[in-house]
Amino acid sequence: MQKALLIDPGKCTGCRQCEMACSFEKEGVFNPAKSRIRVFDFHTEARFVPYTCTQCEQAWCKTACPVGAITLDARTGAKIVHDNHCVGCKVCTIACPFGTVNYNVDTGKVVKCDLCGGNPACATACPTNAITYIDAEQTGYERMRAWAAKTDNAPVVA
Amino acid sequence: MSWTGKILRVNLTEGTCKSEPLNMKWAREYLGQRGLATKYLAEETDPKVDPLSPDNKMIMATGPLTGTMASTGGRYSIITKGPLTNAIACSNSGGHFGNEMKNAGWDMIIFEGRAPKPVYLLVENETAKLMDASEFWGKSVWETDEGLKAKHQDPMLRVATIGVSGERGVMYACVVNDLHRAAGRSGVGTVMGSKNLKAVAIRGTRGVRVKDPLRFMQVTTEQKRVLAENAVTGQGLPAHGTQVLMNVINETGALPTRNFRDVQFEGAHDISAEAMATPRKTDGQTNLKTNQGCFACTIACGRVSQLDQTHYTVINRPEYWGASGGLEYEAAWALGAATGVSDLEALTFANFVCNEQSLDPITFGATLAAAMELYDLGLITKEQTGGVELTFGSAEALTTMVELTGRAEGFGRELGLGSKRLCEKYGRPDLSMTVKGQEFPAYDPRGIQGMGLTYATSNRGACHLRSYTVSSEILGIPVKTDPLQTDGKAALVKAFQDATAAVDSSGLCVFSTFAWTLDNIAPQIDAACEGEWTAEYLLEVGERIWNLERQYNLAAGLTAADDTLPKRLLKDAAKTGPAKGLVAGLDKMLPEYYELRGWTPDGVPTTQTLQRLSMA
Repeated sequence: MQKALLIDPGKCTGCRQCEMACSFEKEGVFNPAKSRIRVFDFHTEARFVPYTCTQCEQAWCKTACPVGAITLDARTGAKIVHDNHCVGCKVCTIACPFGTVNYNVDTGKVVKCDLCGGNPACATACPTNAITYIDAEQTGYERMRAWAAKTDNAPVVA
Repeated sequence: MSWTGKILRVNLTEGTCKSEPLNMKWAREYLGQRGLATKYLAEETDPKVDPLSPDNKMIMATGPLTGTMASTGGRYSIITKGPLTNAIACSNSGGHFGNEMKNAGWDMIIFEGRAPKPVYLLVENETAKLMDASEFWGKSVWETDEGLKAKHQDPMLRVATIGVSGERGVMYACVVNDLHRAAGRSGVGTVMGSKNLKAVAIRGTRGVRVKDPLRFMQVTTEQKRVLAENAVTGQGLPAHGTQVLMNVINETGALPTRNFRDVQFEGAHDISAEAMATPRKTDGQTNLKTNQGCFACTIACGRVSQLDQTHYTVINRPEYWGASGGLEYEAAWALGAATGVSDLEALTFANFVCNEQSLDPITFGATLAAAMELYDLGLITKEQTGGVELTFGSAEALTTMVELTGRAEGFGRELGLGSKRLCEKYGRPDLSMTVKGQEFPAYDPRGIQGMGLTYATSNRGACHLRSYTVSSEILGIPVKTDPLQTDGKAALVKAFQDATAAVDSSGLCVFSTFAWTLDNIAPQIDAACEGEWTAEYLLEVGERIWNLERQYNLAAGLTAADDTLPKRLLKDAAKTGPAKGLVAGLDKMLPEYYELRGWTPDGVPTTQTLQRLSMA
């Protein structure tokens, strides 16, 4: 069963545990600036929104890459950047409509979310379940359930 | 690890920024943040220095766990000599600024001298430079934060700044970072303003390293679970914030009301956490919008509130219509119960303005309360206030005066003195509810006896955060003690003071200690930092820090005579509630406290004590 990251901004408190977990997993240090997932603070609207790669099926980054450095991990559905092939041309960062592929000046390569090989550190670290990793075909389950709960099955009395 | 090992020394007089290595011997003895920066201040400055002269220094300091995944590990402190108190000042803040400073590679930034004209410090990792701040001088915190990000085309800059109050010498200006988190007390922002330093803007992308990464991840994950499973840190604080206390403390008979004339406030419910979460009659919306976590914090006690757009304070003022930092308990008390005002929207507006112009809401509210009493007694008149009736309970007085004080205009200049100087000026020094010149926070020591000793002995003047015995006396953490009794409180206060000094030096938030003891914290520091760190050793570090601060204050000219409370609390009994008939029993606790500390009856650390702590 393939899984996907499900992000529920309503539960996010803006604590950045996800950013630190990501940078630690990928870079070995706590460094939110190097995180593949970012939390945005729309403070006048009282909203915090974690955002990262959604692993598009028709991945623009993968299509645009001139050297074939981005491939599909068939098991997780993640689009993976292969550092040994990446030439740092950044075309993928232009191609991605969502901005979730970015350049790392320290390595000269691009970085993006790879779902940590199927055990995403951000979801593990999130203290409020704003980020979960669930069945890719059922990401709407909880929202459907919430609406279903509001359905009144009692017959209408005329 | 997990110190960066580097200090940034900024000489504002000469306009220079230099990197130097951290003194690791001192780091071992004083840990970081509060303790370590106090050591630097004590070594580098004369404690008798005029706090607002160029000879005073101001230190921004992170702790070893700042910028790590340890829950609440995002704190930084500002250490200096405080103008409000003429004593050691150390104010702690959350938000994201502390992490950014650590990620830029700095344990501390030491500011010396005074810039010839307004400047701000721009730090991008190892690069630091002083920049002309003339375009930001006279601007609010919010305008400066936005303006700096726009000017440098970097929305990820983290900014700590003063508003207008700090530029114009209001004695209790704070330093606000991330728009509404503040290093709040003792006038650290006034010191910043006196140095012509408007702001510090930082971008850090270097990363924070720990000694044993795998063990660190394991232990911090375990300890996050402890916070999540605790009723206070897992449920009470995220749902209600510190405001959960408003009704509790009122029922305890320890909610200081109308400048401590009363100990219970009839309007407490209207300004409580429950009221913040109840839809308003006017627009059907709640005041509270959501909770917010500071960097790395899995508790998330912060309040985010939005005003009623039809409230008189903000009609046709859209700049106040967005959500912003909402009322925490101490601010709600000072702006509300202390002044007798029960209009929740007026309090929220006043809180916004405190953030916008960098006012400490505790001292502002308490000073206004003292002014209201002087007005009640006819010692301040309507002519002096610019026509405003300073009556207890007047929301209009509160909201008008907070704006005037934020800009240091009109009668706001008088309120900007703080209650001690104000009450002295108007001939009634006894009406200032302060210790060492700093206003009390939201717990009446007649109803919570341990807090009387806490206030009297706090090194930075009256403060709840130096030994929060409310935890034990009201909440029963770690053990329940009777708030009306003085027995055993000397030992309780000492234990809290020492442990808190260590926590304040670690990069963690003291609120974690509702669930954590040093036994939970030590393994996290030990996995992150060079050397061996046990709970016993941290307690020793805490006690060493407490004595260092004490020595600084003694050298500054303070004496045991300053370890006291205002006459009102020692002589006038509480009129209502469980503490009815009681005064603060300070005399029953203080001599025992000195003895437990290993100090002389005059409150001076003995040579033996200093030797035991490796300080002599």
